Amino acid sequence: MTEPLLYEISSPGRRGCRLPQPDVQREELPAGFLRDDLPLPEVSEMDLVRHYVHLSQLNHAVDTGFYPLGSCTMKYNPRVNEAISHLPGFTQLHPLQPPDTVQGALVLLYELQEFLGEISGFPGISLQPAAGAHGEMTGVLIMRKALYDRGETQRNVILVPDSAHGTNPATTTMSGLKVVQIASDAAGNVDLDALRVHLSDQVVGLMLTNPNTLGLFDEQVLEVTRLVHEAGGLVYGDGANLNAMLGICKPADLGFDVMHFNLHKTFGTPHGGGGPGAGPVGVTAELATFLPGPIVVEQEDEESPFLTWHVPEKSIGPVKSFYGNFGVLVRAYTYIRMLGAEGLRRVAENAVLNANYLLSRIRGVYPLPYDRTCMHEFVVEGRIEGAPDVRALDISKRLMDYGFHPPTNYFPLIVPEALMIEPTETESKETLDAFAEALLKIAEEAREDPELLHNAPHTTPLGRLDEVRASHPKTMRLCYTQEC
Amino acid sequence: MPYIPNTDADRAAMLAAIGVERIEDLFHDVPEEVRFPMLELPDPLSELEIQQELLMLSEVSIDLNHTACFLGAGAYRHFIPSVVDQLISRGEFYTAYTPYQPEISQGTLQAIFEYQSMICALTGMEAANASHYDGATAVAEAVITAFNVGRRKRKKAILSPMLHPQYRAVARTYTQGMGLTLIGDDDLSNGVDALAALCDGDTACVIVQNPDFLGQLYSPAEMQTLADAVHGCGALLVVAADPISLGLFAPPGDYGADIVVGEGQPLGNPISFGGPYLGFFACRKRYVRSVAGRIVGETVDTQGRRGFVLALSTREQHIRREKASSNICTNQALCALAAGVYLAAMGKRGLRQVAELCYHKAHYAAAEIAKLPGYEIMGDRPFFKEFVVRCPQPVDKMLRYLLDDWAILGGYELGRDYPELDDGLLVCVTEMNSREKIDELVEALAELGGPRQGGEVS
Repeated sequence: MTEPLLYEISSPGRRGCRLPQPDVQREELPAGFLRDDLPLPEVSEMDLVRHYVHLSQLNHAVDTGFYPLGSCTMKYNPRVNEAISHLPGFTQLHPLQPPDTVQGALVLLYELQEFLGEISGFPGISLQPAAGAHGEMTGVLIMRKALYDRGETQRNVILVPDSAHGTNPATTTMSGLKVVQIASDAAGNVDLDALRVHLSDQVVGLMLTNPNTLGLFDEQVLEVTRLVHEAGGLVYGDGANLNAMLGICKPADLGFDVMHFNLHKTFGTPHGGGGPGAGPVGVTAELATFLPGPIVVEQEDEESPFLTWHVPEKSIGPVKSFYGNFGVLVRAYTYIRMLGAEGLRRVAENAVLNANYLLSRIRGVYPLPYDRTCMHEFVVEGRIEGAPDVRALDISKRLMDYGFHPPTNYFPLIVPEALMIEPTETESKETLDAFAEALLKIAEEAREDPELLHNAPHTTPLGRLDEVRASHPKTMRLCYTQEC
Repeated sequence: MPYIPNTDADRAAMLAAIGVERIEDLFHDVPEEVRFPMLELPDPLSELEIQQELLMLSEVSIDLNHTACFLGAGAYRHFIPSVVDQLISRGEFYTAYTPYQPEISQGTLQAIFEYQSMICALTGMEAANASHYDGATAVAEAVITAFNVGRRKRKKAILSPMLHPQYRAVARTYTQGMGLTLIGDDDLSNGVDALAALCDGDTACVIVQNPDFLGQLYSPAEMQTLADAVHGCGALLVVAADPISLGLFAPPGDYGADIVVGEGQPLGNPISFGGPYLGFFACRKRYVRSVAGRIVGETVDTQGRRGFVLALSTREQHIRREKASSNICTNQALCALAAGVYLAAMGKRGLRQVAELCYHKAHYAAAEIAKLPGYEIMGDRPFFKEFVVRCPQPVDKMLRYLLDDWAILGGYELGRDYPELDDGLLVCVTEMNSREKIDELVEALAELGGPRQGGEVS
């Protein structure tokens, strides 16, 4: 099933939107400045609607089915968040309006800063970063600047566990620092001996995801953060897995100095097909002066409560225009207000319960490299006894035939044929059972008819796609127009 | 509990299957001294309560439906056809994630491919990525791309002082650890000739905005001269552009640009208090392997049917880790989808019409204001939808008066970024401003005219 391109359904003279005639006198256009042609498609409004509706039908989404994509927290996106974020009092505000005309928006942002501070234990919050990776860069630049501000300009190394997300080392390089990888121990924790070897006065800090990408809470985390601090470094917390920690513990209490939140994971804002998300950053009181701004503060010299903008004194500088992805922040605010403290703790509890239950259903069939109580997700190997040719990729593709989105595969890198499964708290026991049954059935199929898996998926709009062709210089095609 | 379907019976059955008694037992790895803190948050609300409360909160602000807005300066109010929000609000689009599994993500992938195609058409470039966080971060990524194209040996980027102040600030934040120097924007008199003269063998790129932050247009001929000078040094020319202006004016691809970036918000995305927006990024095909961010390419499936996948992923963090071209994972997919739907709805003729409406209305407003005693329109360059008014009274006080007495957001106070232009008011006029409202602005400004014609602003 394929849908033609907009350019292929275009016909000269068709219009998808009618505009008014000017209500002022036409001014002469500057000769020599104008373009000759504008090669955009020409389609009617109905053709446009059908085109995008057809395209939408080719997608798997949380709204169409189970989406256990590990480390992405594909939970249900509450509709009330959408309704609130569409209110004209939020969408129709110009970011450069005077603060006294946007107090409604500032109250929301101020309270969201407070809520995130309370949930994480960090007194300093900036809502500006637009995504998790953006928050990471913000955090690492803060750590670098804080240490340089102390005069420790020789520090240029960031330690990253071998289980880390690829953004951690990429962020380090972008920040002008060097990456040193730290091994994990047999239980999936940071190897303390490996950590000690690499700690020195060259180290800016450690980037640590906890629970880590194996879905495991580091059993020695207090010792890890203590050792880094003892060496004069700072600890960055990758908040990708905060869904397991809501009301369970505050990351600041574990010794983290900086952390980003993924509002699109933990706080139910939609992933949008790959954005927009939001990646606010929280820091200790000592680091608050380095946050990117502006952030919302109470104006002290006013009689009635009045909120305004403030750029921290030693700020690393802005990381994007204006104040952050406001529309996303409105959704996350609504979510927190709907759940309250008790609701957030239930989120973490049920996310962890669902993951452990699903794990209990497939344990023994899919190898489990670290057999511990997991947090909100777990990693198994996509290898099946008696089916040596079947790989994690085959299992993933076959899951599509059962109507499920595959888990994250081939990550983390320290697990061969990794399948990283995160069910989230918004899925029912019935869905988890159906998914477990599918995985068990696929294990049988792998032994009896491996070709069924190698050729999967069979029921999707398209079969497996040739990814090499898309990137090869001779066949690469990145846009429709002639020049490409 | 909202959004959690597990019943007590489900929980009991699941705990039994796991082999623990209580949910709390699952958290034994968390140090006891920090486990289960009390969170002090407001009590939970029902949907009915939160709808009522947040409607009231939203109405505390003065939104653009209740003011006449002549404020632009990087965030713009343009018309958005109803189809845009209707289509991007389909759950199949907005509750999906990055299309890692192409067999079940063709909707998102094809929509991005079409967005890339239309951005190429608009800018006159040969390749485009799936978008950045916003215009400012797209500029920062363009600097880094140029740095990488120059094999990290060319350590200087030259910025026009008329590049949006926030774009310049964000580029500095992004590159603070890279050993790059960003120069050229400290002197307001640095026009394109002066920027060309600053370019040398150590320069990775020159970045200019067209139309610039003050709304002024540079002709294709003078831009081509700049491009030739920049290329003569072996550097890249980066142009930041208003995408609506490209409905009417020559695309940067016609005058030698190597990378074209900009704020994509005007393309079908609400002004939304500064975000979420999207940064568009397009370039010559030969630089595509140095570009950051997702890129979608065409391919075929096992049966030879056309399909789309994420291309060139060996540039990216999940493969290259510390050697990646950027740490960026996502794009602003839903905003890019909105931009794609918008461009298709407007089409070839509609986008030009939007640009012409902005042009005619802005020129009408400028001409009327120029007639007022005490006011002057700065510069003699052609402009698009923004222009600078030199004012007879302190700009901040004038803006306050316009807002309080006329419910008009009169524009942007340029003295906030350019002390030399402290009598400058940046006025923005789009197709959303009716003649009636423009006349109101002119009438209000007339009241404030020169000290002798009108009263002092208190």
